Amino acid sequence: MKRLFLVVSLLAFGFIAQANAADPNAADPNPANHGDHGTVLYRIYCTQCHGVHGKGNGINAAQMSVQPHDHTDTKSMSTRTDAGLFKVVQQGGGSIDKSILMPVWGGNFTDADIHALVGHVRELCCKKK
Amino acid sequence: MKQLLSLGAAALLAIGAPCATYAGVPGDVQTQCGGCHTFNHDYASQPVTERMERKGPPLDYAGNKFQRTWLVAWLQNPVRIRPAGEFPPDHVKSGPDGKDVVDTSTLLKHPVLSAAQAGTTADYLMTLKPFDNLIKAETYQPGTISPRMGEMNFVKFRGCGACHEHAPGKGGLSGPELYTAWKRLQPAFIASYISNDVAWDPHTMMPKSDNSQRSVEKLANYLKVIGGK
Repeated sequence: MKRLFLVVSLLAFGFIAQANAADPNAADPNPANHGDHGTVLYRIYCTQCHGVHGKGNGINAAQMSVQPHDHTDTKSMSTRTDAGLFKVVQQGGGSIDKSILMPVWGGNFTDADIHALVGHVRELCCKKK
Repeated sequence: MKQLLSLGAAALLAIGAPCATYAGVPGDVQTQCGGCHTFNHDYASQPVTERMERKGPPLDYAGNKFQRTWLVAWLQNPVRIRPAGEFPPDHVKSGPDGKDVVDTSTLLKHPVLSAAQAGTTADYLMTLKPFDNLIKAETYQPGTISPRMGEMNFVKFRGCGACHEHAPGKGGLSGPELYTAWKRLQPAFIASYISNDVAWDPHTMMPKSDNSQRSVEKLANYLKVIGGK
């Protein structure tokens, strides 16, 4: 009887463990738990090329003919206006005579999204902690 | 000793449970695969933060997307298609020179199915076709393009190579490899997704470009050319 109990317990444990493994991370819809909106958008859409720390050295950069901008470069970024940053996100690098490898994001983002991204880039470049 | 054998048998049964119950019927597929893949389009109405939680691509439109033959083969031999996983920022570490590199140790492995399980699973997935309207609206007819012109367009003019590999080791790592896309995906899906990816997935990480029909055809034809190698 004890043995049967042991077997049943182990089976139950196995199924519970697998149920948990099948759902490792339930989606958390609360943006507050993912940082502010600009930070979230930057992490999802920009870090692949600009790097997880914004230094222009993302996982795609090694294969790119033109290197992504280093958003932590205060001197360089200080020459860019917010309007210019908005334009390059919305209309792509070609719109400001830069590389077309910076895509056109206007079809993915609202104006509010782009303003939030520009705000985050300003945090990276010019409001270092 | 008998107790030890019972313990072993119980442990094996517990470990083998997903395979044993993988009958391929809708409930089983959704239960077994639902931890990483979504089977309904609810994610489209969720905040963009849901994109950070994905462990595998959505399967709610699998029947509009995949080639069944490829699905059956891949489920039995699931080789990685996305070099940096479904959400690349979660799989990045700092390389020796300080540059970001893919941390392969954090990437999940897809379960291997038997031939029978792969067949029944693929049969079910191919029934999921909520976007027949997008497929029917697509006018793309597969054609050809010279490999040289196709590559120039893909890499230099359209910038696709920044995120996608168009040959092993050639191209970016954040998107799915595309030199296998022609075998994996339906031609109409390829064209429709290039043309209007946001209609398929509002949280796609691919930029929605204003590609002309001719431009879409060039890109799709290039995937056909490199997919035939």
